[in-house]
Amino acid sequence: MLQEIPPLFCFALSGILFTIGAIGAITRRNVIVIFMCIELMLNAVNLVFIASGNALSSMDGAVFVFFIMTVAAVEAAVGLAIFVMVFRLQGTVNADEVNLLRG
Amino acid sequence: MDMVSFKGFIFIVAALIAIAASLLMVTRKNPIHSALWMIVTFFAMAVIYLLLNAQFIAVAQIMVYAGAIMMLILFVIMLVHMEKGPEAEESKKSGPGKTRVAGAVITVILLLEVLFGSLFYQMTGRTGDYPTELVNNTGNVKTVGSLLYGQYLFPFEIASLLLLVGIVGAVVIAKRK
Repeated sequence: MLQEIPPLFCFALSGILFTIGAIGAITRRNVIVIFMCIELMLNAVNLVFIASGNALSSMDGAVFVFFIMTVAAVEAAVGLAIFVMVFRLQGTVNADEVNLLRG
Repeated sequence: MDMVSFKGFIFIVAALIAIAASLLMVTRKNPIHSALWMIVTFFAMAVIYLLLNAQFIAVAQIMVYAGAIMMLILFVIMLVHMEKGPEAEESKKSGPGKTRVAGAVITVILLLEVLFGSLFYQMTGRTGDYPTELVNNTGNVKTVGSLLYGQYLFPFEIASLLLLVGIVGAVVIAKRK
């Protein structure tokens, strides 16, 4: 039987990935790159769910990750439609220049 | 243990690939390069899910994230950047502003707190009903499936409704007036 990975390493990796995603979401200006950074943060959270579920011999972590993936897919569909619309109306996807709520 | 186990070795390699690819994703100027590095990150994370005995989630990660979502993002990048050059968006201002740097520093402080907390946490000792041997005997996908269609049936139906609303919403938003 192979030795299991301690959950501490998974938590550390998840924290690092979440921080990289958060820094990217703060510092970048292209909304599509900001969106990808949010996806990275969601993935970091998924990793904590899976690692905890494995360490606590529970299956609920995998189910929760499944629901998070569903929400991420819906978010991608609606968010990217909004980006296409914003680009059509404003001619840019720079988050600093998109400052109007109306078309 | 004087020798790093096989699983640990694979984990370290996959973790380093994930961190390096996500760093490259955040720092690339061209959004298409960012998206491609993001796919590398997703594959490395799928390997880690496999190491953590979550086969179903690993396959779903590759199909949903690396397949569907990233393909959608790549298409939108190509749609949005047709007229402008790839670096037109961020070439006007050079470097992030002071507030952004402050936000990044605060985020790093939060990371240090999380690492400190994960060093000194204690498990309560209670464990769930699905130890790894049992799950491997029945099969990971079968276990997740019976949970999804049994205990979590109502949230599963709500998730399908959410997907339907998302499809309709995306079509309505992106439709030309």
